[in-house]
Amino acid sequence: MQANAQRILDNPKFQELIAKRSAFAWTLSVIMLVIYFGFILLVAFGKQFLGTPIGSGVTTWGVPIGVFTIVSAFILTGIYVRRANGEFDELNRQILEESK
Amino acid sequence: MRSIFTRFGAAAAAAGALLPTAALAAAVEGAVTKQSTNYEAIVMFAIFVLATLGITYWAARRTKSAKDFYAAGGGITGFQNGLAIAGDYMSAASFLGIAGLVYANGFDGLIYSVGWLVGWPIILFLIAERLRNLGKYTFADVASYRFQQTPIRTLAACGSLATVTFYLIAQMVGAGKLIQLLFGMDYLYAVIIVGVLMIAYVTFGGMLATTWVQIIKAVLLLSGASFMAIMILAKFGFSPEALFKRATEVHANGLKIMQPGALVTDPISAISLGMALMFGTAGLPHILMRFFTVADAKEARKSVFYATGFIGYFYLLTFTIGFGAIVLLLSPDASGAFPFLDAAKVAAAGGKVTPAMITGGTNMAAIHTANAVGGSLFYGFISAVAFATILAVVAGLTLAGASAVSHDLYASVFAKGRASERDEIRVSKITTVIIGIVSIFLGIAFENQNVAFMVGLAFAIAASANFPILLMSMFWKRMTTRGAVMGGWLGLISAIVLLVLGPTVWKSVLGNPAPIIPYDNPGLFSITLAFVGIWLFSITDNSQAAKDEQRAFDAQYIRSQTGLGAEGASAH
Repeated sequence: MQANAQRILDNPKFQELIAKRSAFAWTLSVIMLVIYFGFILLVAFGKQFLGTPIGSGVTTWGVPIGVFTIVSAFILTGIYVRRANGEFDELNRQILEESK
Repeated sequence: MRSIFTRFGAAAAAAGALLPTAALAAAVEGAVTKQSTNYEAIVMFAIFVLATLGITYWAARRTKSAKDFYAAGGGITGFQNGLAIAGDYMSAASFLGIAGLVYANGFDGLIYSVGWLVGWPIILFLIAERLRNLGKYTFADVASYRFQQTPIRTLAACGSLATVTFYLIAQMVGAGKLIQLLFGMDYLYAVIIVGVLMIAYVTFGGMLATTWVQIIKAVLLLSGASFMAIMILAKFGFSPEALFKRATEVHANGLKIMQPGALVTDPISAISLGMALMFGTAGLPHILMRFFTVADAKEARKSVFYATGFIGYFYLLTFTIGFGAIVLLLSPDASGAFPFLDAAKVAAAGGKVTPAMITGGTNMAAIHTANAVGGSLFYGFISAVAFATILAVVAGLTLAGASAVSHDLYASVFAKGRASERDEIRVSKITTVIIGIVSIFLGIAFENQNVAFMVGLAFAIAASANFPILLMSMFWKRMTTRGAVMGGWLGLISAIVLLVLGPTVWKSVLGNPAPIIPYDNPGLFSITLAFVGIWLFSITDNSQAAKDEQRAFDAQYIRSQTGLGAEGASAH
């Protein structure tokens, strides 16, 4: 286990995995936070805008923006899982293989 | 009868002041009067109970080891776990409460739905795979991974038990009230039935039975809510615009229901609420525990993906159902009457109807809508589903509480890791029975109390104590036992104190004229305090133990990233 651990730490692929996966995870987290707190700040400061009807109907901009926030959460998780379960897990498998 | 409706009306009117916690509340609050016996609902609920007890019997025969008991042997698939997480998370509060909020206030309900969902992507990106790779049965396994076991496990167990207890009280009281309203059964019986069933599921069937109860409930709730939303949209040619237009015509607030109202007023409250919802979700022990039921990090990620999809879809449904409720409940029928509103109030107002006139309170909006779109049989089905929803949530909570006692306090703190697996499971089962009995008594004791703030308190504690130590233990090399313990306790205590001094408890519950702290949600302050505490007491910790803990980070880091040495699924 100790020797394995050292081999993993020294493996450039491990550094590559960490760098790529962390950057990806944090980027997506920041996107989610910006979308969500953007929405909340609009609720706090931009009531006027959220309450403006789209075109001549009664549906206001707030509805598609709220729905977009919900849908974006799902899409962002999908994007992450796709890359993590594919590219990153393959890299991870190679690292574990090479550490034996 | 009159007093119930006035109280519900008052609750709806006070919603602006009481929120955020009101939206997190148990389904029904205030006094409730027993309704006439609803046989359809009781029969359908009985079928659900029999089916889940059958599953418990099946699960009991497969539950032998501690891993089976706590983590269903690690053999749940990502898709199943996604459904179970959704089943664990979609409480009666989010179904009846948010639909009721949309019915009463329109657009504002969506703000809460969004807040309840956005914690999930963050859990996935930052926590899920590390948690799965490092932990075994409880989140304390992860939080204490490289630290002194006794102080961290004690803190994590206290955080878990506090979260679970407040959540459970709200659920028990909600269940009792709901059953009176829906089934026409006594409050006392309702609370006892819930307590006995949750003991049965958890003691005999452990995590496997709990998981399947949650999966079945999620499927029932999602299909029932889908049916309602489709029936509502079908009346408007599947045009949301047409639905909204009709709603603005019949709702007393007219076009205002399409605009953000007074629910979120100042930015501090808004951000504080956002943080508590987001980070609270990532600190709920019964939710975190679900990640140990899958085989590996890959399945853990899939779980969150499916869970986010199901939960997000569910919130879109409740939004539609809420608007459907406006149209269906506030429009007169062919004879000009309003069958779902209190006739005396409608008459007194000269036919000018408002949402607050609804029979049984605004939380009944979704249930009445079920009756309006699907008749009495479907009404019975949705009532039964609402009750099943509570059962699934309390089962998960009970298991999380029992694990905190048996796995963290008994096996690690008390027996110093020398307890046998059999003893640990026995302690867990005894604790389950105790938690069940205590919940029944608490349910009875709090019958006439306003318990709405307790779910808010549970989220605040989860966000301020559990989440910071969990996150920092995984991400910050320099955290030490001292930092974690000081920061964690600071977060836990400040969350409770600030909430008690705030408007919800100090003014509304304790009846003082003015709150000491103007903010409903302490999240922004208590979460910050926890993180600052962890940071400050870690960097000033120069002990030898602290250096060893920092050195142990690399090994933990490798395991958390690659899964090397992580718990696998059991053989069967």
